[in-house]
Amino acid sequence: MSFDMDMSQFQQVFFEESAEHLASMESILLGMDIDNPNPEDMNALFRAAHSIKGSSATFGFPDMTAVTHDLETLLDRVRKNEIPLTTDIVDASLEARDILNTQLRAHQGGQAVDPAAVTAICTRVKALTGQPVDDAAGKKMTAGEKESALADVKTNASTGEPVVYQITVPFKADDPKKKLGPEVLKYLRTLGELEVLGRDEERASLRLTSAASRDEICEAFSFHPSADLVIIEPPEGAKPCKEKKPRKKKAVPTGSGRDPEISQPIQTAPEPSKDQETSPVVAMPVEIQETRTPPRPEQKAAAPAAETSIRVSVDKVDLLINLVGELVITQSMLSQTATAESLVSEHLYDRLLQLERNTRELQETVMSIRMLPVSFAFNRFPRLVRDLAGKLGKQVDLKMVGAETELDRGVIEKIADPLNHLIRNSIDHGLEMPDERIAVGKDPKGTVILSAFHQGGSVVIMVQDDGKGLNRDRILAKAKEKGIPVSDNMPDSEVWPLIFAPGFSTAAVVTDVSGRGVGMDVVRKNIESLGGRVEISSEAGKGSTITIRLPLTLAIMDGMSIGVGDQVYIVPITAIAESIRPSLKDIKTVVGQGRVVNVRGEYLPLIAVHEIFNIRAHSTSFDDGILMIVETDHGRVAMFVDELLGQHQVVIKNIESNYRKVQGISAATIMGDGSVSMILDVSEMARLGKLGAGIQRAA
Amino acid sequence: MKILIADDSKAMRQVIGHMLRQAGYSGFKVVEAADGVEALAKAGSEEPDLVLSDWNMPNKTGIEFLQELRASGNEVPFGFVTTEVSPEMRALATQSGAAFLIGKPFMPEDFQRVLDDYLA
Repeated sequence: MSFDMDMSQFQQVFFEESAEHLASMESILLGMDIDNPNPEDMNALFRAAHSIKGSSATFGFPDMTAVTHDLETLLDRVRKNEIPLTTDIVDASLEARDILNTQLRAHQGGQAVDPAAVTAICTRVKALTGQPVDDAAGKKMTAGEKESALADVKTNASTGEPVVYQITVPFKADDPKKKLGPEVLKYLRTLGELEVLGRDEERASLRLTSAASRDEICEAFSFHPSADLVIIEPPEGAKPCKEKKPRKKKAVPTGSGRDPEISQPIQTAPEPSKDQETSPVVAMPVEIQETRTPPRPEQKAAAPAAETSIRVSVDKVDLLINLVGELVITQSMLSQTATAESLVSEHLYDRLLQLERNTRELQETVMSIRMLPVSFAFNRFPRLVRDLAGKLGKQVDLKMVGAETELDRGVIEKIADPLNHLIRNSIDHGLEMPDERIAVGKDPKGTVILSAFHQGGSVVIMVQDDGKGLNRDRILAKAKEKGIPVSDNMPDSEVWPLIFAPGFSTAAVVTDVSGRGVGMDVVRKNIESLGGRVEISSEAGKGSTITIRLPLTLAIMDGMSIGVGDQVYIVPITAIAESIRPSLKDIKTVVGQGRVVNVRGEYLPLIAVHEIFNIRAHSTSFDDGILMIVETDHGRVAMFVDELLGQHQVVIKNIESNYRKVQGISAATIMGDGSVSMILDVSEMARLGKLGAGIQRAA
Repeated sequence: MKILIADDSKAMRQVIGHMLRQAGYSGFKVVEAADGVEALAKAGSEEPDLVLSDWNMPNKTGIEFLQELRASGNEVPFGFVTTEVSPEMRALATQSGAAFLIGKPFMPEDFQRVLDDYLA
């Protein structure tokens, strides 16, 4: 195939189209009702494969053409009801689709595809089609152009015993090239063993040993300038490929022609024949009227897509978000100054309010640029679940709820892997085998629900399964073995989080599906690095639920400002469970454990923020202030503060990159009045609090 | 000169247009159609001088498009540009009134060869 550079301008369209076809193939295959496939779906599948085959051949990607050819042949037989659709066929089609996807990416500069995988899938697809894999045609494939799709197309039609053909290709006197195109030779080689016996100014002699029919061989010369002169000898005696016919003479209804399909066209073109008589010129006497092409139909269709979305680098968006953040701060400083200095005239007040409204709207709009539906992370799971279930011999129904929920793009990118792990866990360890499920009176088909929704300032993603639930005894035993301090009467809510400990795995057998216990602690770390939190609840025999709470965005956070002495701190709203006013009788000092507080029967460690930061609190006694119950890595902790000031959206400013890491502080923010507040890292606060208790005990 | 190019792949439509220019033709208008139904409609409304059509298209295949076109009395020169070329297809195409069949992958010369008759 010759390829000029100009073709590359269309390549991008090819890549996009093929990617679309592959995506739709996947979703159709996943949704396929195997016992009762929708004929329209089958047609759509076939067309997608066919379309990729055609364009990949044109664009010079024979590797994709070869795979799509086999796939198309299979799909064609299924859609014509020649063979019934089976799970195997769907599986193989999906796998072929994946290979194609990898090939497509490889052509766009991605990683190369393992040729063995390609051969394997082609063999598998062919076997399902009922194509003899290692017949003469198959052998020829390996001998000749294995990757040549063209070859593939033609050899499949060929059957029968190999025959020796003697081919003579005379060159026309006016043929400037006087040679056979490489594509002709390439094609012939795919048909069988080709020997070039000789070649001179007048002719080329070839010998081809092939099982292909004469028509198939003639096919090779269909575009050769001397096609009508090519002589093919035996088995039927020397015969030219086509009757000799003057190329330019058209009105002749070649009655003598052996090849009606060639002669017929001429009759259907009465108009040009007139031209031909008046100007029998061989060169292209092009009618040049360089008219602008009219607005094309698909330009209309494509235009909205082009106009409704633009690609912008994430850096630019982040800069914009940052600037708007600054603007919000300036605006609230302005409002506060005006209010504080009682400068407010009626007009100024109105306008300040207007400014505030506009700023908020601007901020929300800018933030929404980074928002994507969580389906971007969810979409890969139907496939994952399907493959896993197949591998494990389990039956799984994956339900996805709230995939349209929007989440910051940065969060979506980082949440996919932890979710992947959780879903694998649910299917591998949570759901039982079908017979076990039947034995306990459950539907043999297990259910995994993946849901996302907004709750307060965060997005909640839940992975629920209706499997056997976590095994409390086994977790406790494992914890003891690992030297984690546990007691047999710990509440469930403290037992479940143990599985997040590093190196913790209770799976009786380590499977290749969900790892060796290196996962859950990484899952938790990933989620926490996003400012999120993960919780587990589980009930024996009923299943488990893993709840992930994530901030809407990484750049802005909903925080509660709290007063401790003269300082204002921010606590992430997502960490706060509740706030209570304590009574002194509930607060106890436990030797070696510091203080604890009884909250509705549950004793929580109590840490005082002013003690950790060593500042003076306004409250003189615990019943003067507020206890904030926060969720930390170390369980729930009660944090004592003077007062709650209010809830804000705060722009997160990295403190490490501007100053250095400060214990107990995750970041800083600028408040409405221009002052700087620290955002507390509650987990570290809890750790510091415990440490403090230890020091107190030692003192 | 107006050419109707019917193919469900936009990339292919563009490439075919490009090939025609590569083959040395110019000064033609291209009308595109993304499926058989659209092609049939455009063949009527745009009155092209030549139709180049894919074989496999959604909604209406190329051969259906051709047959309906001929049934409606439209005798516009019609050629297929398609992936497979089997003798049966060739026969059916010719029988239905197609002027030629070009197999993918193709090169500018392929167009040149068959189109000289129509575009010259």
